[in-house]
Amino acid sequence: MDLDSITVALRSFWTVWLALLFTGIVVYAMWPGNRGKFEDASRIPLKEDGQEF
Amino acid sequence: MTSATLTPGAALGSQRVSENVRYYEDAVRLFVIASVFWGVVGFLAGVFIALQLAFPALNLGLEWTSFGRLRPVHTSAVIFAFGGNVLFATSLYSVQRTSRQFLFGGEGLAKFVFWNYNIFIVLAALSYVLGYTQGKEYAEPEWILDLYLTVIWVLYAIQFVGTVMTRKESHIYVANWFFMAFILTVAILHIGNNVNVPVSLTGMKSYPFVSGVQSAMVQWWYGHNAVGFFLTAGFLGIMYYFVPKRAERPVYSYRLSIVHFWTLIFLYIWAGPHHLHYTALPDWAQTLGMTFSVMLWMPSWGGMINGIMTLSGAWDKLRTDPVLRFLVTSVAFYGMSTFEGPLMSVKPVNALSHYTDWTIGHVHSGALGWVAFISFGAIYYLVPVLWKRSQLYSLRLVSYHFWTATIGIVLYITAMWVSGIMQGLMWRAYDNLGFLQYSFVETVAAMHPFYVIRALGGVLFLAGALIMVYNLWRTAKGDVRIEKPYASAPHKAAVGAA
Ligand code: HEM
Ligand code: HEM
Repeated sequence: MDLDSITVALRSFWTVWLALLFTGIVVYAMWPGNRGKFEDASRIPLKEDGQEF
Repeated sequence: MTSATLTPGAALGSQRVSENVRYYEDAVRLFVIASVFWGVVGFLAGVFIALQLAFPALNLGLEWTSFGRLRPVHTSAVIFAFGGNVLFATSLYSVQRTSRQFLFGGEGLAKFVFWNYNIFIVLAALSYVLGYTQGKEYAEPEWILDLYLTVIWVLYAIQFVGTVMTRKESHIYVANWFFMAFILTVAILHIGNNVNVPVSLTGMKSYPFVSGVQSAMVQWWYGHNAVGFFLTAGFLGIMYYFVPKRAERPVYSYRLSIVHFWTLIFLYIWAGPHHLHYTALPDWAQTLGMTFSVMLWMPSWGGMINGIMTLSGAWDKLRTDPVLRFLVTSVAFYGMSTFEGPLMSVKPVNALSHYTDWTIGHVHSGALGWVAFISFGAIYYLVPVLWKRSQLYSLRLVSYHFWTATIGIVLYITAMWVSGIMQGLMWRAYDNLGFLQYSFVETVAAMHPFYVIRALGGVLFLAGALIMVYNLWRTAKGDVRIEKPYASAPHKAAVGAA
């Protein structure tokens, strides 16, 4: 099996790869450890006025 | 922040300089002026073609003023001139603040983009009136203008992405993700759909490189994603910045916004075939388009919930701040049109709705309710800030604008629903001998009253926009109207205590 046929074989599963990638993104977004980071990020537009929350 | 500064707009005076970054605003101001100008031109063109459909004599018997030539003037003026300038203004304004960085390439580049984009618009409109068109909806400009636009767009992309890349804020705020998706995708779509071969280098005429059903598929891959990334992703960028800003609270769920973004990106690209149901396009492609369209309902409503729930705990602001009312109502219309869209993409439903006014009604619930309303909200927010005024000339006038425009939209879309469904049913009615029951012209005659109602709705929408022009003009001059202020006393006390 050469590299070409491996790529072709892998490519035919593209929906699976995309679905995995997407699942990864959702897990990353929901990961409990990231909560604080995202809460900070959500305040970016409000920070600029020097507002404190 | 003290309770006294809570009147909308009042707290904004201080945001000019933050951590020694001077934000560039001259070009943003120009983009705002152009948005308002083209908005009025585009709505006026809409009213005129609506009247032409009701009263064909208004074609004036001249080729230059015929419906066929003025219709693309309307669509380009509202989508690319009005919507485009709004997107430039809001994206270049908010990217600086959310990145804590001035514009990459500076004011000069932004102004260059401004003038050339608007010259492009004028040239495109003139070319339609003179009869030059590629005949592809929303991609009418001929090859030479397409090349011109490509250069402008690439410069805009460099400016926006460059600002994000040189940012001083560690995280890229979600609005910037939406804006970048919009900029990148529109570039790809524009180039992909305009691979044309000019007949000669000195003439305007060109032919598409691919032909037949492939050409149709490329066109609606473009057309659908222009809706998805120009009229949706770009304006969602506006939502994610301006709704939290005006409501003075962070977006409801930042995690939902990440999921919202990626779901939209993964799904939208595949939905294009719903514009080509029951055509020569292979059946499997139509079914694929339908399936992805139905799935699109989920992220769309996720986004809607995120936008609207940003106000949770501060619902009274809807009563006391008509600018916020524009922003939030627009998100509700977004929810409505993204519910209707998946419904219309189901093949048996599309069999009834396709080619009828139902589509036109769907378009305008998205265009007037979502795109234009969120733009009005953002413009009302921006003008006092950009012209360094403590508040708008009049919030009451904003409210009059809101109600006039809302009644206009309701007239427009209900007229189109009735006329569209009626039209679809008349086309498919058979008599007991198996003959078509109605001739085509009978369906046209039956639509006349609804066309008049639609035009009336358009007049109201235009009138609302003129109220806005007056209000913004007085705001820029620094005037403040003497009027009964919106009561917000209980709310102030509550915030003060928190
Ligand atoms: C005063 C407001 C407006 C009026 C009276 C109006 C009227 C019209 C009319 C009469 C048509 C042609 C319908 C047909 O061919 O049967 C049309 C098409 C269209 N308009 Fe508007 N319009 C208005 C505002 C807008 C705005 C603000 C947008 C976008 C942001 C917009 C986007 C479009 C689009 C995309 C089409 C083409 C629809 C299609 O081909 O399915 N319009 N409009
Ligand atoms: C989940 C979201 C959406 C889906 C699945 C969807 C689906 C559809 C469908 C099925 C059609 C009719 C195609 C035909 O029969 O020819 C259509 C037309 C259209 N929609 Fe949507 N829609 C969605 C959201 C929106 C939004 C938010 C807007 C506007 C801001 C919009 C603008 C348009 C336009 C301009 C057309 C007319 C295209 C043309 O024929 O010229 N759509 N959409």
